[in-house]
Amino acid sequence: MGTPLYRESLDFPTAALPLLKNEQLRGNVRHATNVIQEKRSHVVGEMPDWQLLRDAGQSIRAHTLAYLDTYLEQFEQRCTAAGGHVHWARDAAEANRIVAQLAQNATNRVIKIKSMTTEELGLNRALEAAGIQPVETDLAELIVQLGHDWPSHIIAPALHINRHQVRELFARTMNLPELGDRPEDLTEAARQYLRQRFLNTPVAISGANFLIAETGGVCIVESEGNGRMCLTLPHTLISIAGIDKVLPRFRDLEVMLQLLPRSATGERMNPYNSMWTGVHPGDGPQEFHVVLLDNRRTEVLRDAEARETLQCIRCGACLNTCPVYRQTGGHAYNSVYSGPIGAILTPQLASMKSGQSLPYASSLCGACYEVCPVKINIPEVLIHLRGRIVAEKARSIHALNPEAIAMRAMQWIFLSSTRLKTAQKLGRIAQRPFIRASGWIEWLPGILGGWTRKRDLRPLPPQSFREWFEKRAAGSGGGPHE
Amino acid sequence: MAVVRVLERLGHTVEFPPAQTCCGQMHYNTGYQAEALPLVRRFVEVFRDSEVVCVPSSSCVAMIREHYAKIAAESGDAALAAEVAALLPRVYEFTELLVHRLGVEDVGAVFPHRVTYHASCHSLRSLHLGDLPMRLLSRVRGIEMVPLERIDQCCGFGGTFAIKNADVSGAMLEEKLEYLKKTQAEICTACDNSCLMHLQGALHRQGAAMRTRHIAEILAGDDAPSPKESRGSR
Repeated sequence: MGTPLYRESLDFPTAALPLLKNEQLRGNVRHATNVIQEKRSHVVGEMPDWQLLRDAGQSIRAHTLAYLDTYLEQFEQRCTAAGGHVHWARDAAEANRIVAQLAQNATNRVIKIKSMTTEELGLNRALEAAGIQPVETDLAELIVQLGHDWPSHIIAPALHINRHQVRELFARTMNLPELGDRPEDLTEAARQYLRQRFLNTPVAISGANFLIAETGGVCIVESEGNGRMCLTLPHTLISIAGIDKVLPRFRDLEVMLQLLPRSATGERMNPYNSMWTGVHPGDGPQEFHVVLLDNRRTEVLRDAEARETLQCIRCGACLNTCPVYRQTGGHAYNSVYSGPIGAILTPQLASMKSGQSLPYASSLCGACYEVCPVKINIPEVLIHLRGRIVAEKARSIHALNPEAIAMRAMQWIFLSSTRLKTAQKLGRIAQRPFIRASGWIEWLPGILGGWTRKRDLRPLPPQSFREWFEKRAAGSGGGPHE
Repeated sequence: MAVVRVLERLGHTVEFPPAQTCCGQMHYNTGYQAEALPLVRRFVEVFRDSEVVCVPSSSCVAMIREHYAKIAAESGDAALAAEVAALLPRVYEFTELLVHRLGVEDVGAVFPHRVTYHASCHSLRSLHLGDLPMRLLSRVRGIEMVPLERIDQCCGFGGTFAIKNADVSGAMLEEKLEYLKKTQAEICTACDNSCLMHLQGALHRQGAAMRTRHIAEILAGDDAPSPKESRGSR
């Protein structure tokens, strides 16, 4: 099973294989990402100052990370002064223990707001082990929970499922054989299922979109209103946030609450924007806890070339635009954080010990960087992490890494134009047995066979450009050789 | 060869320093950054005396522009860093050279065919070529340009990505081919031979009539496409 963050040892290309054959899933993913992309590009296009907003978002996030210790302590102090309790968790086990203990004091059931951070922790399993039943109240998270599934998108965890599949799941798990499959049928079923649980459960667990250092407040944005119910009805509220989620000032939300909804769901504003500070007698939860989670984020912070990863505000725009994600969906990444941001975040949160295939799960096309609301240069971080992986392998595997040998051989050839010329000549001889009657190469052995599964290859021409140019310069070449 | 033909037709002298090999992009992007450094040194040595360096491949230019300064700085070699800084402003992608440096949009080409343009990732998002290629193509006599759906979406090549993630790359390629086929163009062109090699490989496998041509081959006024040509211009 691996850690909750990173599921199993299948690498990305292997995990992608069954998904690429799943036409239903790929259709669902393509449709959903097309719809969100279109909405996003519409509401981003209407903003004349979008690029300035991105610059502002980037500055705020980079500044916060540079002074993270200061802002976290300020948050702790202000939140405590307002009546909240702040807990510090070094890793997933510690965070889960804190939350389970707090919940156990009051209940055997908790309601939850969608939170990828709690997915990262594997909190639901930890709660179940402690005898507490977690109930997901976000529609998509409920679908994932009831289906014993795995989130495939950080904003829309059930993006890989269509409404007919949801209808089957609800009919089976909620015992509703007559259920229709219109969106309103499904939301009504979820509403009936959740309403009693909202009213009867004394403890709610949430993540956080932003922590405000200046006020000690917390901010959550959502679309369904289930979050608002969780934040207002129960007696006790426990919010879990990565230490990267802090913002210095309340007014920084002015920038973030423009960038986030437009990038995430293609909305000008989220339908529900909840902000609260500490505890207010007679109004809302009377006991409020914040768990600040490290879980190797400080390690990410230590790497100057990769720390911008933590600027992420989890909008998911990079997933929707990523041509790789659009083919496979999120499950190929084997992590709660999928897509381009998952490809850089997951291996770092795993100390680069697992998820090593993820930084290679990108064609470096740059579409992610273009849409990122806080301008994380994901392609550059991907290349940097690839470098770390290569260096790590060079230390541990020594000589017998075929890729490293091939790379060194190519370098040796490229360091001499004579050797390159010779290599081209040898290549022309070596390719002969593979050239078919069509004049093309249609099959190649070994690792190069990946290419010829879907594509032919044009053989090296009888005369290279280099040879043509040299001959021409010597006066014997004439026109281009066809 | 097409690049040479276009530039010579415009009255320029083209040199090909025979010592040149590779910019080092494959090594750098695959994580072999240390191995890329000697290739950077070599590039700088070979081209240090050139007035202008024309590179008919956006991804090579992106490598040079986005990474050479960083590689040189990290090597701790101040002389190399200074040479890179001096060379960078003289490195042009082919269409940049024509429009920005030479001020030409009409290169006097004839190409009576139905053509669609694929905006390669590096031309679009690294070099920000914008409408440069289209400005050049639209001045070609007889050409009929057809718009391509999702023009900015990656074809799936991505260098070693096409080998390491061959199946996902193949799926991306198939989606691209869907859009290409909808254009019913005879020719697909781009500023990168690597994308075109990838696309042509799949078009040939599927028995499609469409051919790929580097933009220089169209601007060279090189008529009559045949599957045996279009070998690109390095």
